[in-house]
Amino acid sequence: MPSGLFHENYSNDERIFQTLWVKGWLWVFILFLFFGFPFIVSDLNKILRFNVLHTAILTGIFVIGAHGINILTGYTGQISLGHGAFMAVGAYTSAILMTKAGFPFILSLPCAGLLTAAVGMVFGVPSLRLRGLYLCIATLASQFIIEFTIRRWTGLTGGTQGMFVPYAAIGGFVFDNDKKFYYLVLVLAIATTAFTKNLFRTKPGRAFIAVRDRYFAAELIGVNLFKYRILSFGISSFLAGIAGALWAHYIALIIYEQFTIHLSIKYLAIVIIGGLGSVLGGIFGSIFYVGLEQLLEVMSKELSTSFPLFITYFVSIKEIMFGLIIILFLVFEPDGLAARWRTVKAYWKLWPFSY
Amino acid sequence: MGERFYHTIGWILLASFVGVLAYLCTLNPTKFLELSLYGLVLGSIYALVALGFALIYKSTSILNLAQGEFLMVGAYICLSLILQFQIHFIWAFFITLLFSIFLGLAVERLVLRPLIGEPIISVIMVTIALSSILKGMVIMFWGNDIRPFPKDIPFLAGNPFPVFGVPMAPIYIWSFGLAILFLLLFAVFFKLSRTGIAMRATASNQQVSQSMGISVKKVFAISWCVAAVVSSVGGIILGYISGVGITLSFFGLKVFPAVILGGLDSILGAIIGGVTIGLLENYSGGYLDHIIPAVKEVFPFVVLVIILFIKPYGLFGKEEIERV
Repeated sequence: MPSGLFHENYSNDERIFQTLWVKGWLWVFILFLFFGFPFIVSDLNKILRFNVLHTAILTGIFVIGAHGINILTGYTGQISLGHGAFMAVGAYTSAILMTKAGFPFILSLPCAGLLTAAVGMVFGVPSLRLRGLYLCIATLASQFIIEFTIRRWTGLTGGTQGMFVPYAAIGGFVFDNDKKFYYLVLVLAIATTAFTKNLFRTKPGRAFIAVRDRYFAAELIGVNLFKYRILSFGISSFLAGIAGALWAHYIALIIYEQFTIHLSIKYLAIVIIGGLGSVLGGIFGSIFYVGLEQLLEVMSKELSTSFPLFITYFVSIKEIMFGLIIILFLVFEPDGLAARWRTVKAYWKLWPFSY
Repeated sequence: MGERFYHTIGWILLASFVGVLAYLCTLNPTKFLELSLYGLVLGSIYALVALGFALIYKSTSILNLAQGEFLMVGAYICLSLILQFQIHFIWAFFITLLFSIFLGLAVERLVLRPLIGEPIISVIMVTIALSSILKGMVIMFWGNDIRPFPKDIPFLAGNPFPVFGVPMAPIYIWSFGLAILFLLLFAVFFKLSRTGIAMRATASNQQVSQSMGISVKKVFAISWCVAAVVSSVGGIILGYISGVGITLSFFGLKVFPAVILGGLDSILGAIIGGVTIGLLENYSGGYLDHIIPAVKEVFPFVVLVIILFIKPYGLFGKEEIERV
């Protein structure tokens, strides 16, 4: 184990994996996710008393979406309250392309991402002249406008009835059960994570961070604010669209009510809990949030047998818990779980010589 | 594309809009008058809630996304005071106002003050979290269904009263009067009272006013109180008109277009924006509904996006001068 890091040149410093050790552990973890986790799920189900595979799939989908909003909000500093609607665009695009236009899944998924990116970029255009709170309100407007369009365009989206979504399939292989779908989500989540991690080692990625930290100074040294803000909106909503499409294919029935402002808020909460501007943050936030939701559900099931009244209060308790967790995180751990992870890691890295 | 380009577009849009309205007015004057009157009433409620919103933003630079929940809590409290404690409407109204003062104080002290100086997103998220908590509490205490106000309150119930030949239920006239009364009250408060002047001073420059001996903390607290009070008034009025339910909280989000139109940090702008958005919502409901059903739900937001394109800081908003 290294007791400290010594960089002798810049390329060393910019490496994603600072030590071979980290890389090794990551591979072990990925291999576990591929070959270990799906096989111990049934045991975990018994211990945790909720559907672990289902939770893992949801987490994976949220990880993709959370990376999306993290690129926009955490790295570029543009608060978005419209990601729920962007996910809806992806979900409905993929569903409509498959059912009405007969696209195969392998084409409809990227198309969903691209269309969502286009929609996101259109709603990102006000960022040319807006920033901070005003932009936040513009994205809020996009949320309501998209939601309204989906609800009222009954011919295309099924309106308030929702629409059925066929299973995802590549070639002849149909992802018709949780286990198969788990692998699909896992591959995409890993790919997204790798993409996001690497994005911030490229020119656009660095420009995003410059825009976030000091946009005015960034503009003065030649970063085209508008271009990079729009690009950030595009990449971010592309990922939201992919996440939305995956979700649609997983739950098989989509209604506009699944993509309200609450979903947008949930996403913001996830990146705040995990840590804004940190790739690990999106992952931690998703795991924490989805896990917590499942735990609450289990708790309500357990408690409702002994306290039947509990179930009537469940919705309200969930709301209150959600609010409390955000407030507690903001007050006590504003940098999120990722920061906590870093401190823990730093402690162990140098242990027992931490001075 | 300079500023002039946007201004030209703005003027063209405004002119064509006024033209369309004038045409519609000549087409069917009674319908137009009716829509305008109801729009004014709705707009005055918007203005009232927007006032609280703009006030908080102006003095504390916080975007309060929990405004709608303040409104909802106010309506629920008033309703249960009437129904469960059999208190007369007038007294229930005043007790609710008293309660919202405490709510505003508590929120400011417990939630917002620890976050002074944190980045925008934290502050926005904290108000979102607050809205979630308030909503959860309301569901816990009052359940999920929509409850109507009792309809036997003497001066609010009664026969429709003709205004310019348009019959209007007394509640609309009362709510318009009440909204105007509160707006005037606060206008006088800001213009003349010591506290009001201190608040305006804080809004224009926090540091200077602090060094002049104004307690900025107190000003923050008062801003939240005022915001909670005006939202409660709005909530009670809206609750009386359309029933008290969780959906009331949505009204808080619909106030955004109003404050953006006027400019986030302008109180006069909030009032003008509120009335304008109320009118626009009603016109769109009256004239566009057969083309796109229920368009009035989303029309204010479409207007919002257009305004943001043309005049990003609203009609009266302060343009930020930026330095590195």
